[in-house]
This record gives sequence, C-alpha cells and structure tokens, in this order.
Amino acid sequence: MSLPDVWFVLIAVLWTGYFFLEGFDFGVGVLTKLLARNESERRVLINTIGPVWDGNEVWLLTAGGATFAAFPDWYATLFSGFYVPLLLILVCLILRVCAFEYRAKRDDERWKRNWEHAIFWCSLIPAFLWGVAFANIVHGVPIDADKNYTGGLTGLLNPYALLGGLTTLALFTFHGAVFTALKTVGDIRTRARATATWTGLVTAVLALAFLVWTQAHSGDGWSLAAMVLAVVFLLAALGSNLRGREGWAFVSSGLTVVAAVAMLFLSLFPDVMPSTTDAAYSLTVGNAASGHYSLTIMTWVAGIMTPLVLLYQGWTYWVFRKRIGVQHIPAAH
Amino acid sequence: MDLAVASDTVARWQFGITTVYHYLFVPLTIALAAITAALETWYVRTGKEKYFHATKFWGKLFLINMALGVATGIVQEFQFGMNWSQYSRFVGDVFGAPLAMEALIAFFFESTFIGLWIFGWDRLPKKLHCACMWMVALGTILSAYFILAANSWMQHPVGYSINPATGKAQLNSITDVLFQSTTIVVVLHTLTAAFLTGAALVVGISSYHLWKSRQKQERGEQVDRKLVASMRTSLRVGLALAVVAGIGVAFTGDNLAKVMFKQQPMKMASAEALWNSETPAPFSIFAIGDVNEGRNSVELTVPGLLSFLADGNFTSTVPGINNIAASEAAKYGGKPSDYIPNIFVTFWGFRLMIGIGMTSFAAGAAGLWLTRRKRWLSPQYRTGDDEVPRLMLTRDRELGGFLTKWGWRCGMLTMGFPLVANSFGWIFTEMGRQPWAVFGLMKTSSAVSPNVSVTMQCIALGVFVLLYSVLAVVEVKLMVRYAKAGPVTSEQPPAQDPTLRGPGPGSGGADEDIDKPLAFAY
Repeated sequence: MSLPDVWFVLIAVLWTGYFFLEGFDFGVGVLTKLLARNESERRVLINTIGPVWDGNEVWLLTAGGATFAAFPDWYATLFSGFYVPLLLILVCLILRVCAFEYRAKRDDERWKRNWEHAIFWCSLIPAFLWGVAFANIVHGVPIDADKNYTGGLTGLLNPYALLGGLTTLALFTFHGAVFTALKTVGDIRTRARATATWTGLVTAVLALAFLVWTQAHSGDGWSLAAMVLAVVFLLAALGSNLRGREGWAFVSSGLTVVAAVAMLFLSLFPDVMPSTTDAAYSLTVGNAASGHYSLTIMTWVAGIMTPLVLLYQGWTYWVFRKRIGVQHIPAAH
Repeated sequence: MDLAVASDTVARWQFGITTVYHYLFVPLTIALAAITAALETWYVRTGKEKYFHATKFWGKLFLINMALGVATGIVQEFQFGMNWSQYSRFVGDVFGAPLAMEALIAFFFESTFIGLWIFGWDRLPKKLHCACMWMVALGTILSAYFILAANSWMQHPVGYSINPATGKAQLNSITDVLFQSTTIVVVLHTLTAAFLTGAALVVGISSYHLWKSRQKQERGEQVDRKLVASMRTSLRVGLALAVVAGIGVAFTGDNLAKVMFKQQPMKMASAEALWNSETPAPFSIFAIGDVNEGRNSVELTVPGLLSFLADGNFTSTVPGINNIAASEAAKYGGKPSDYIPNIFVTFWGFRLMIGIGMTSFAAGAAGLWLTRRKRWLSPQYRTGDDEVPRLMLTRDRELGGFLTKWGWRCGMLTMGFPLVANSFGWIFTEMGRQPWAVFGLMKTSSAVSPNVSVTMQCIALGVFVLLYSVLAVVEVKLMVRYAKAGPVTSEQPPAQDPTLRGPGPGSGGADEDIDKPLAFAY
C-alpha cells in the first residue's frame, strides 16, 4: 500500500468518525422538534450531547485539514467547487455552536425559542447537505483540465445527490433517536425508541435505493460487500431497538454509518473526485496527493494522535455515561 | 482581467473581515483559559471561596467568548479552499501539515476537555477537573503555535523546494517550518499580546465591580464582600499579568522587527514610511506620505533611532521603499510600484498597534502600584482582602476623590484597547506582505479561486458581514450582562469531592443521588 493509499484510508476514517459522532448529534438536533414535547424534554435532548458535540465537530476540521495536507488538489477542487453548500454548512455550524452555548444564558422565551430553531435547522441542513456533497463526489462532477469544478450550483442538485442528502438526513436522525434511547430515562426514552423505529424504516427505504444506485453507477465487488454490511447492520439496529436492546441498537446504527461511508469511499477509490467532463481530468489518489516527505510526517502525527484522541474522547463518554431525564435538568439560570 | 482583480479584492476583504473578527475572540480565549486554570488551581490548593467564585465567573465569560472563537474558526479553515484554491493547490503540501496538526493535536484537546470542564463539576474529582482546564489552555496555545507556524511560512517560506514537475511547493523539512526564527518570535509576540488582552479585560471588569462596590459603600449601602474579595484578587492577577505580558510584548516586538528588517525589509520600510535608504536612518514619529512622488510631504523624525531598532546600531543603513521596490521589480518583473504595499495602512497600523497596546501596559503598571500590597502602606490606609483597595500614590497619600474615580475608570476604559492593537497588528503584518500571498513565491492576485464568480464572492462576503454583525451584538450583550452580574457569590463550592465512580454507598439516599439534578446543563 503506497502512502497516498494510506492517506486515502485515513481520510475515509476521519470522515467516518465525523459522521458516526456528529451524525447522532445532528440527529439529536433534529429530534428537538420531532420528539421533545416541552422545554424540559428539549433540554434533556440537548444535554445528552452537551459535553461531547464540540469534540465531535472537530472530526470535520481534522478531515478538512488532513485533506488539505495530504491531497491539496482534492481540498482545493472540492471546497472551491462546492461553494454554496459549504457556505450554508458554515453558516449552520456557526449558528449551531452559538445556539448550544447561548440558549440557556438568558431566561427569555423568545431568546430560547430562536436558538431552538437554530439548533433544529442547523442540524438538519448540514445533515442533508453532507449527503448531497458526498453523493456528488462519488458520482463525479464536471471538472476541467485545470482541476477546477465547472458545474455551478445546479450541477450539484441532481436526483441522485438529493437522494443522498435525504439518506444521510434520515440515517443521522435514526442514529440520533437510537442514541437518545440509550442516553435518556423516563417517558422520552420510550418515545425515542418509537421514533427510532419509524425513522429507521424510512432510512432503510432511502438507504437501499441510494446504495443500490451508487453500486450500479460506481461500485465494485468491495463496495458491494460494504453495502451488504450496511444493510445488515441497519436491520440489526432496527431489530435491537424493537427488542429494547439499546446498547446493541446504537452499536449497530453506528456500524451502519461506518459501512455506508466505507462503501462510498470504496466506490470512489482510486479516484478522489472523478470528472464527468473527461475521465483524464479526474483527481485520483495518485495525481492529487502531496509528496512523500509530507505524507510520511503526517503519517507519524496521525498514527500517534488518532488513537490518543479516540482514547480520551472515549473516556469522556464514560465520564458522562449516566442516563438523564427531565428530573436531572436544573432550573433555568 | 478586470474580473480577476475584482474577485481577489472581494476575497481579500472577506479574508480580512473574517480573520480580524475571529481574532477578537482568539486572544481572549487563550488568556482566559490560562487565567481560569490558574484561579482554579489556587482554589484546589487553598480551598478558598474567593478563588472558587473567581474561577466560575471568568470561566463563564471564557465560554461565551470561546463559542464564537470556535465557530468563526471553522470559516478560517474552509476559506483557503473556497476562495483561495490556487493558493491551496500550490502550498497544500507544506501549509497543510501544520493545519492538520493543529486539528489533530490542538482542536481535539480544546474541544474535548472543555466539554469535560463545563459538565464535569459534579463528575470529576477537583484536581482532575482543574487539570481539564489546563489541557484546554494547552490546546489554545498549541493551536496558536501551529497556525502561526503556517502564517510564518507565508511571511518567510523555508523548508521547501519547488517540484519541477508540478511547479508546486513541496515540504522538505518540517522542523524548519515549525522552528524557524520567524515562527518562534511571532508565536512569543502573539501569545504575550494575547495575555495582555486577557489581562486588560480582567482588569476592566474587576475595576467595574470594585468601583461600584466603593460607590455603594460611600452611599452606606450593603456591599457584597465575597464579590469584592474575588474581584480584588482578579484585579491583582490582571494587573500583574498586564505588566509581565506588556514587557514581553515589547521585547518580542523589538525582536520581531529585527527579524522582519532582514526577511521582509519592504514591510518595515513601509511601517516607517522610509522612502529612500538612509545611513543612519531616522525613526518617524509622524508622517504624511505622497505615494505618487515616493516621499513624505510632512514628517517628524528622531535621527538614527530606526537604524538602532532595525539592527541594534545607531549608524547602520536601512533600505528604503523606493530602493527595495526597484530591486524587487528587477528580480520578479513588473513595475516598482507593484511591490509597494499600502503605506498609509502599514505606517498607521504599526503605530496604532504599539501606541494602543502599550497604553494597556501603562495602565497595568500604574494600577499595580496604586493597589500594592499592605505592607507598603501606612496602617491606616490598609484594607482587608474583602474590602475595596484604596488607590495609594505614596505610603500615606491616597489619590483624591476625582483622581480615584478616574483611576478606576481608566481600568474600565482601557479594557478593549489590546483588541484594537491586535487587529492593527494583523492588518499591518498581512497588508505589509502584499503583493505577496507567500512572500517571493506567489502573488495574492494569482492565489484566488478562478471558478468562483465575483457575484458569489460578494454574496459570501455579505452573508458573513450580516451573520457576524448579528452575532457580535448577541455576544457583546451576553458578555456585558454576565460581566455586570458579577460572580454568583451565593454558590458554594461542593462539600464533597466527586469521585469518578460516582456517588458511593452511604453518601445519602440512593434515590436522591439517582435523581440529583446536573451541576450544569445547557
């Protein structure tokens, strides 16, 4: 395996980490309007991810930074090409950070409602747009000889990409509902399971259509295997949820995310951004990568830091392992 | 062609606005993290309530501020690819490495441990909780280090070669990039300035509370002594830090100027509006330049001082703008005027940075003297730890009523000064590098994304200006609200040190523990 191949895998790992972790906290954000019935329940939901959402989001920054360092052309083409969706994602992420931190800082109804709208929409929109973006990356977009994206905004809004967006939105909402059932206690926990069931079924339909379409368009034997795994894990998650096995349901919904992201990256390899203008213009692991020295340095850094990060982030989840319910929410300050 | 020029202008405005805005929060985050960690350490060591209240109070302001620092930081990382794709392609191999390290090492630290700190008051043993804040502080400093290493590479590219096949920069020594003189001096200068910024904020807010309490006292109203105690300690911490950091800023600034005279002589010549090489060169106190003529129409100078600042010698030659521009034009092609940055901005940016920044240092030094320790005062002027200190000029001479009022007000009024100085510093150093994006290697005009239209750039700029303005109002209002409210002195430190395993048997009824509300919740 060459160093650029290693980095292709590492970037896949970073995106997987991001979608696994921020996937459920986007889902929890969406559930603040789907599941919570009152102020206390909304606060329960927000506080299930309270200590961890910030750390989850850094996986995105790391994926972005690693792409910049390891595949500068991939980073440049992707970020300048997908300008509008990324601008929207940025606006959402900014508002979302402020919403979590500021919502409870004033005991004022309008203030809190406004930030709650921000939490909902700024979780929902990125959850959708990341699917749109990745579907386009895998499918291929018009890229010219200078490696610049030429498709404009409309080039990104095709049926396949929109289906990809709906799939990630549904999957993350399902993942979030399963997480909520695992982290809460009381009435909301029971309802979270019910929500997980119907969002899981919606996810199953959308994901099957999207993954089969992906497989038909850009798949190979490996991606087919990942696709089968994704479907199996999704069914396992649904089954465990129905039987009230919340831990297993969360592990399975998480593995569904892992397998689905793996499938996308397996379909992509050895391209990193295929061109629909001319296959010769495609960005590949070979032609978009940084030099050997830079990749060697980065391999050392990532090789040491990634396990360490997993260790202390994992420890954080252990510290905040206790389920919470409405009785644990202190009075507003 | 016109379109390309316009698009890099718009992209530069976006970069300038989002970066200066982001950098309002960064130095406060760096300083307040360390200050909060230090206060918590004293609390853990002494168990004193005033440190507990101060930790909680500054920690809260830290969090309000950090939220926007984190949020606006995401834009910074995306922006290179979105608006500056040609730049990203050219430098990614070198510039991407410190950025990726920043995320992998620093961002994960900050974001994970801050979550533990915010929600961990009733989950973590005191010492571990305090250690979490130190980890956050370490994260903020490491983050500054990596991003400044990246910036220093744009100012003074080292440790790279140009790949003949691709024409792009390729890293060949990471140690050169991380440890070159520019990086080291810039990091020290930026960090000391950040601590000065945080110190000024702490001094300002503590002064506000102490002055309010003093006024209450004079009106014969009840004064919250616990608030006074924690604000008095905070004030002294802030004043001492302002003095130490202020001296550090001055020293590192002088060093940085000497490095810059060697590495980017144009930047320093333009900072001084020194049009022609001079031996020895005078330091300009005030100048009005005439760019078309390439000279100053009005100026006031100190002979020889610039030579000393540049080289440590009152007689050396300092190269002038016209001379450097001519030699750069000969080296890189084009007209000499292409290589002259905006002199008005660099000249005044440089002066305002120093003038405004040093005012905060002066305020700190004056305050440190006026509120000095008891043993340097006559007994009748000594005040207790929970009383508002008198502003003492000498052993037994207190400032008069009018001067006392203005003494406290000075502390409050200079609160935001370093923020302004920092902004001018960044505007100076980035605009002084123009026309280069990477000094000597890539011009800013060829760094911009070719496929992003000017209309799109303008929309993005509009979106950010609008969003950032709204958030500025929100955040300033919150900061003012919480700063004015002061520490919550009714809050008691936890009676029992939490254990990681959770409450054990015998620590009260089991049902109570299970349903106990969280110590903190959003």
